Parts: sequence; C-alpha cells; structure tokens
Amino acid sequence: MIPLNTDEGFSGPVVTTQAPTLDWWLLAPFLVVFGAGVLAVLFEAFVPAARRRGLQIAVAFLALLTTFVLFVLQAGSLPEEGATLVAGVLAVDRVVLFFQGTVAVLALISLVLITERRDGRDAFAAQAATVPGSEQERAHIMAGSQHTEVYPLVLFAVLGMFMFPAANDFLTMFIALEVMSLPLYLLCGLARRRRLFSQEAAVKYFLLGAFSSAFFLFGIAMVYGYAGSVNFAEVRAAVENGGAPAFDGGNGEPLMLMGVGLVAIGLLFKVGAVPFHNWKPDVYQGAPTPITALMASCTLVAAFGALLRVFFVPFGGSLELWEPMLWTIAVLTMVVAAIVAVTQRDVKRLLAYSSVVHAGFILTAVVAASTDGLAGAMFYLAAYGFTTLGAFAVLTLVRTRDGGQELGDIERWAGLGRRHPGLAGALSLFLLAFTGIPLTSGFIGKFAVFEAAVAAGATPLVVVGVLSSAVTAFFYIRIIVVMFFRDSEEEGPTVVPAGMLTGGVITVGVAATLTLGVFPGPVLDTLLPSDEAGPEPAAVMVDEASLERTAP
Amino acid sequence: MIPWLTIAIALPAIGAVAVWALSRSRTPAADTAQTNRAEAAAGGGTDTITRVRPAQRSASAGAENAKRAAFGFSLATLAVVVAMALRFDTGASGLQFEQTHDWIPRFGVHYAVGVDGIALVLILLSAVLVPLVMLAAWREHEDRQDGGAGYFALILALQAMMVGVFAAADVFLFYVFFEAMLIPVYFMIGRYGRGEQRARAAVKFLLYSLAGGLIMLVAVIGVYVAGGTFLWTELTGSGGALAGIDTELAVWLFLGFFIAFAIKAPMWPVHTWLPDAAQASRPGTAVLLVGVLDKVGTYGMLRYCLELFPSAVSAFVWPVVALSLVSIVYGAILAIGQNDMMRLVAYTSVSHFGFITLGIFALTEQAQAGAALYMVNHGFATGALFLVVGFLVSRRGSAEIADYGGVQKVAPVLAGAFLVAGLAGLGLPGLAPFVSEFLVLIGAYAFSPVAAVIAVLGVVLAALYVLWMYQRTMTGPTPERLSGLKDLNVREKWAVGPLLALLIVFGLYPQPMLDAIDPAVERTVQIGTADAPAADGATAEEGGRE
Repeated sequence: MIPLNTDEGFSGPVVTTQAPTLDWWLLAPFLVVFGAGVLAVLFEAFVPAARRRGLQIAVAFLALLTTFVLFVLQAGSLPEEGATLVAGVLAVDRVVLFFQGTVAVLALISLVLITERRDGRDAFAAQAATVPGSEQERAHIMAGSQHTEVYPLVLFAVLGMFMFPAANDFLTMFIALEVMSLPLYLLCGLARRRRLFSQEAAVKYFLLGAFSSAFFLFGIAMVYGYAGSVNFAEVRAAVENGGAPAFDGGNGEPLMLMGVGLVAIGLLFKVGAVPFHNWKPDVYQGAPTPITALMASCTLVAAFGALLRVFFVPFGGSLELWEPMLWTIAVLTMVVAAIVAVTQRDVKRLLAYSSVVHAGFILTAVVAASTDGLAGAMFYLAAYGFTTLGAFAVLTLVRTRDGGQELGDIERWAGLGRRHPGLAGALSLFLLAFTGIPLTSGFIGKFAVFEAAVAAGATPLVVVGVLSSAVTAFFYIRIIVVMFFRDSEEEGPTVVPAGMLTGGVITVGVAATLTLGVFPGPVLDTLLPSDEAGPEPAAVMVDEASLERTAP
Repeated sequence: MIPWLTIAIALPAIGAVAVWALSRSRTPAADTAQTNRAEAAAGGGTDTITRVRPAQRSASAGAENAKRAAFGFSLATLAVVVAMALRFDTGASGLQFEQTHDWIPRFGVHYAVGVDGIALVLILLSAVLVPLVMLAAWREHEDRQDGGAGYFALILALQAMMVGVFAAADVFLFYVFFEAMLIPVYFMIGRYGRGEQRARAAVKFLLYSLAGGLIMLVAVIGVYVAGGTFLWTELTGSGGALAGIDTELAVWLFLGFFIAFAIKAPMWPVHTWLPDAAQASRPGTAVLLVGVLDKVGTYGMLRYCLELFPSAVSAFVWPVVALSLVSIVYGAILAIGQNDMMRLVAYTSVSHFGFITLGIFALTEQAQAGAALYMVNHGFATGALFLVVGFLVSRRGSAEIADYGGVQKVAPVLAGAFLVAGLAGLGLPGLAPFVSEFLVLIGAYAFSPVAAVIAVLGVVLAALYVLWMYQRTMTGPTPERLSGLKDLNVREKWAVGPLLALLIVFGLYPQPMLDAIDPAVERTVQIGTADAPAADGATAEEGGRE
C-alpha cells in the first residue's frame, strides 16, 4: 500500500468561490467556432431544407476565417510568455497559436473539399440512418436528401482541435479530446458510396477511440493521485518535488509511471503510433475522402500539439520516465508501418500507413525534448498537412470508369500520367514530398526533426528513421511508376474534371509543398520557437504559473 | 563581378521550364496525331525508333521548336561555362567564383557556390556533353506524344543540378542537388527508356541512390551538429569547424558520406544498379548517367570525405583500395562476359571507376591528379562509346552483340568512331584516358606496388573486352539483314565528332586540364596526409606485410 495522507495537498482543477476573470479577447476564437456550431444546429432545426446548404457553408467558412484572423491578431498582441484563460484551464502562447492557426487553415481547405459537389451530389450519404441498399435509401437518394449536419459536426470537431493543444489541465484536455472525436466518429460513417465500409470504419473508430479515451482518463486519475492536481503547471512542479506532499520519500513513482503510460496511450492512439495504429487504415479507407483529408491533416496536427504539450509541460521534468517508452514506440512506428505499407494496394490505406510512418518521424523530435525538436515537429506537421490535403484532393478525382466511385486500387491507375499529366504530376510531387526529396517541404521537415534528434543524442533513432524512409520510398515510387511508366488498360480510371474548388486545393497543396521546400526560412525564423527566444525547451509551451515557479 | 556559377545553374533551369512550357502548347493538329500515337503506343514495341509518319511530322513542329530551344539553352550554358573557365586562375588552390548568401538561417544553410580546378573541369565536362547528347537524341522520341521535348526539358533540369552539385560550397546545398538530381534521371530512364525492364531499372536506380542518400543525410546532420555550420570553407582546413572532432565520430561521418558516394560511383559491391540502368537507358541518358552523374560519387569522395574528415582517412585507405581493385578486375571480367553492348559498357565503367577511386585513395599527388583527370576523360571516352553504340542500336533496335557483325563494311564511319572510342576506353597512348590511367598507376605504385600490379590487370582485360566487342560487331562477313545499315548522318557525326576530337587533343596535350587540377589536388593530398604521420607508418607496415 502506498501510504497516503488524504488531508493535504489535493485540489481540484478549479476550487474557488470567486468567479474567474475572463479574457474575452483570447477566448474569442473558441467562442466564434462554438457559436457558429450552435448556430448551425439551429439552422438545421429551423431553416427549410432547400436553403440550408448555402447558409451552412457560409457560416462555416466565415467562422473559420474569422478565427484564423483572430489567431493572427492574437499572435501579434500576445505577451512573449503567453497567457492562461478561464482560471487556468486553457493556456495560449505562440506555439499554441501556431498549432491553432495551422489547424484553422487546414480545416478551411478541407472544408473546400467537403463542400465540393459532383453532379449535384457531395461525398456524403443521402440519409445515413437508412439501411444500405434498402428501399428507403433509394427513396432518399431520389429525393435528393443531403446531410447538411456535416457542417456543424465539422465545426465542433474543429473546436475540439483548437482546444486540444491549448488545454492547460488534463480534464480540459480530455474534454477537448472528446469534443474533437465524437463528431469525427459520426462523420466517418457518412460516405455516399460503399456505405457498409464506411459504417464499419465508424464503428471501429468509435470503439477503439472509446477504449483509448478510457485509458487516457484512467491515466489522468493516476497522475492526479501522484501530483494532487490535474493542472499542468502543478503536475510539473509536483514531479520536480517528488510527488504530492502526501508522498514523503518519493514513493509515489509507480502512480506516476502508470499515469504517464496510460495518458500516452490515449494520445498515441489519436496520433496513430504503432501499436495503436490499427484503426487508421480502415478508417481512412472507409470514411468519405474529404473527411479523411480533414483527419489526416487537422486531427494529426491537433493531436501532436496536445502530445507535445503533455510531454513537454506536465511531464517535462520526468524525461527519464517516458524517454525509453517513446524511443520504443518511435522505432516500432517507423519500422512496422513502413514494412506493412509495402504490401498495400489501396491508395487510401497506403496513405494511412504513410501517415503512421510520418507520425513516427515526428516522434523522434518529441524524443529530442528540445526547442529544436518542438520547432521541427511544428514545421513537419504544417508541411505534411498541406501535402496530405493535396494528395487526398487528387484521390477524390480519380474514379472508376463505370460507377463513378473513387478508384483506390493502385494497379488500376496505370496510364494516368499519360492522359492527365498535370494531375499525376501534382500527385507525384506530393509523393516525392512524402519521400523527403530535397526542394520539397517534406525534406526540410525531415531534416528539422532528424537534426533535433541527432543534436539530442538520439542518432540510432535517426538511423532507423532514414532506413525506414528508404523503405517508404519504395511504395511512393511505385505509385509514380504505375501512373507514368505503365500503359493504360481497359479498366483504367476516369478523371472527373477538377473544378474550381478541388483544383484550388491541389494548387494550394503544390504551392505550399514547393514554397516550404525552397524558402522555408520565413516560417522557420519567425513562426517557430528557437533557442534564442526561449530559455529552456519545456518553457516554450508553459503557462504563466510554471514560469513563475521556475524563475529564480 | 559576374555570378558565373549562378548563371550556369539558372540558365538550364530556366531553359527546362521554358522547354516544358513550349512542349505543352499544342496545335489542334497535334491532338489528332496524339491519338494516333497513343494507338501506336498501345500496340507495344515502342523500343525501336518507329518511322515517323508525315502527319505526325507536321504536328510535332511545336516539339521541334521546343527541342531547338533546349539545344540553344545548352549551347548558351556551354558558352557561359567556357567563358568562366577562361577566367579561372590556375595558380590559386582555393575556391573561385565564390558567392555566399543565407538561405535557411535557422540551420546555417547557405546558397554558397565556388569551384576549384577539379569541380571546374567536371562542370566543363557536363556542359560539353549535354548539347551533344541532345543532338544524338534528336530523333529518338518522335513517336511520343510530346515528340521528345519532355526528355529535353529533363536533360536541361538535370544539367542545372549537375552544375549545382559540383559548384556547391555548402554541404546542405550539395546534398539538395545530390538528391534532387535523381528525379529527372528517374524519369529519363523510366519514362523515356528502352525495353520492358525500364520501369524496374528506374526504380532500382532510385532506391539504391535514395538509400545511400538517406544514410548520407544522417552524416550531413552529424556535420552540422558537430560543426555548427554547413559552409564548406568554414568546415575544412586546420582551423575549420570540424578540425577538433574526435576520430571515432569522424570515421562514422566519413562512412556515412562514403556509402552514398560508393553507390553513386558505382563501386563493387554496390554497383549492381548500374548495368540494369544503363541497359534500360537511352544512350543519351547513359552518357549523362555514367559520364557525369556517377562522377559525383568520386568527386564527393575527394571533396567531402577526404577534406571534411582528414583524421578518418587513414582508417579507410586500405579497405577502399581493396574494393577499388576488386571493382577494376571484377568489372572487367564481367564486361567480357556480356552479350548486351550497353551492359558491357556499363561494366567497363565499373572497372574504370575502380581506377578513379584507387587514384583518390592512394593519396599521392600523381594518383589524385590522375584520378581527377580520369573523371573527365572517362566522361568523354565512355560518352563517345555509349553514343556510338546508341547509333547502332537505333538502327537495329537491339543492343545484342550477336545481332551484329561486319558493320565496318557498310558503315565505316560508325565503325571508325566505335574503334576510336573503344581504344580510348582501353587506354591507348595518344588518347586522353591513357594519360590519366598512367598517372593513377604511377601514383598507385608509389603507394603500393602490389596494388599497382593488380590494377594493371584491369588494363590488360580492357584490351580484351573492347577489341573482342569490336571484332564481334564490326568485323567479319556482313550478314544479309545488315546490308542496308546506314552510316552516320551529319547530325550523328556532329554529336560524336567533338568527343573524339577532345579525346585526341587531351591525349596529346593534357596540360591545360592538369594545370587547373593540380593546385586543388595538392590541397587535398596535403589535407589527406598532413595530420596522419602515424597512418603513413601503418600503411607502410601493411604494405610491407603484403
């Protein structure tokens, strides 16, 4: 038994009789998205079906644009050390703003894909509640029903993504996790084509997600038991003092170990690191492609934002506890995912495994636990987000010849490069960026994370990283081979015309991939933290409270 | 001051974009012709140079213009490079035409270019080869949708990167060019290549090179972490940022760079991608691949391995010399056994690259000067041989030696060019490669007589594979099916003629090139041997044991 004196040192997240002072200015982005989400739900209830779609799209775009502008303005006015909001449950500093701003931009681009319609139909089921293949379903399709609920769901998911990296205590982070995840579970099941696949994906995602949330929550309980608080700064301080005052002699470490491990499971699941990656291929394949794009870019950014925050702030003082664990996970992630990906035939599954491998690369930067590592991970995420959005946008255009559904089988993409050199060229660029060829953003990102890892003494990890990227190169290149070097067959794909919206997304993807690859200087220098600006790596993502504590 | 190097990089890069844009502006007539070609392509057998139908010829006027523009850009680049070479000061040992600008300040990355004599002659080599390759490839891709203009755009893109990789004076910049170069070559082999296996060969080439490049990336990062900068001039030398690193780290970093360069070079046992790639390449691609690209490997050993990590050199001398000797003999023996001419020439290159690496790691002045000179001469000689073989292949659609015989009676000029290029390859006195081979052997003898003796075996075997190939293809009775074989036309003569002329000129008078190379070689030899008196003792001891 761990001797426990329950009289002292345990406090809830907010135990105060005074109403907290609210910084409305810093809170505004959250409120805007939340308000827009609520408004969108009301539209669903009161606006006639015929006029809903336009209204929903307008509100969603307006809300995301406004929040992005707010983030930019806040970045200009925010004090160097950041600020906490609402009695310390949220913390905003430049790093958090970078994550939020990136999520906002990527979400805007995903929203463009979500709104895209082909022949008057978007990517979502006419009526998700009907049985696939039933009479009712056909009736709904004929009637032209559509799920405009997609827009409020996306808005709520994005709200969760904004909160996830900004959370300043474990409970808020858990709430953010759920706010982000629940709408995504639903969205995954809404695909218009191959609905059984889609529903299977949704159930799988939901069940596994619920499990991981439970682990996360249980981990929070352990950490609370050890530190006597769920506030990040107080957990950090408690770790430095050897646990809550209840533990004299530092014998509470088992609690902390369990806490770190369980919390890590919850976060690594969202990130999709091996061995918590099994949902990714199924969900990426089953979900409507625009939603897959949203998850592959925004969710990954938000999840890594949260992961970095947890490991750098509350657990920042207990590096030796979690470093071996993350080493193992990073190696597993890079090796297993790269090898499994080689056998994939479906492009969406392949991109899912590729996203797992990339998560492994970013984990090497987390292991570095330095300001450079943080900056490298941030750059990597932004670069990867744009590239992956572009890649998924291309996928939405390649269809089978008969039914018009998306064609995932790589072998049947033969000859695409001959007939649609522009589209195939754009996809090749994205694939080369995934491979990490110089002059693309992927290379700079890879360099940044690997440099941080080597500087922190994790050279073996980097060697594993480069070897697994050599393996991943094999399957990226294979797609290029099929597209460009093989003659087309009878069963070949058709390509629906890109249109303004999807074409715009692909163009943005290409532009971002090249710009960040050739001129990464401005982003690296002005937007990312560096050693000159921050005194110690962990302090970059720390709120006021912990700064006060660590100050001499 | 004129930024010569930047112009030489930017000019072909702009050209590539311009040619690509030109090739995409289509006339309506081209679209109908395009469907014809698509049908023709679907019929398979696009290996051979299919006769161009009149309708297509008129439709590909756009492609013709694009190709002319590409040729113009390559000539303009050649002019710039020659003008730069004339201003080169052969007395100075450091970098010249230097330019340094910040590129990614956060990682200490600069856009920094500058050349010494070795880099200069290699840039010259690439600038000379590119227009000739274009001439040779003019009619090769006329059955394609873009009439071959895309191929020309790729050549120009490759040229920009070739100049860049030799001119880079920043390790990061070098790496960027080193890796980015793979992409145009990949498409040149995979898309515009020859035979059923071209996609496989292209992937093999890319994966081998990428694997090496990624290992090098770790070493590049290591250089930055250890030295704090990427600028070559700040890293090297006795007061350089890498001067103080401990030997063990230096050995590891050296190894990281060396593996990538050995794959590129190509050195036994990581050479296996080259014969496949060469066989699947059009001759023009093969010329640039073997003639210039592979030189990046040997150039990198000289410039980066030796100069960045002098303290690690002594540990590598004997292993690398041993690998070089294996390459020399093994490449030559395999060349003798080949039935495919393109593969044969590729294997001769494995053997020749063995000479170059032997020269570099023998660490004597003659040997290194010979190695540097060999890089250029080999580019001319093998380039000429690949082109002539390519002309032969373009006539019959086959590279099998057994398909030919008695060609010299029907195509005497072709056979003559073949002979001269082949004799250059085997190191006949009076032709350029002899000088470099001789220098390498003298230098190697000073280093270790045993190594020199084994290397001479390669020279003997070279006579065998060259002359036997000539005998089987060019001499003897002319079979019926070859009686209509056309001799070289004017375009083809212009493509290969300059190379043969250069082989003879530099064979008789190599001094200008040696003047340019020598100061740079002196510098590298000093660095390679300066701080390793113990190493000298060790090598002498080991030599004695041998």
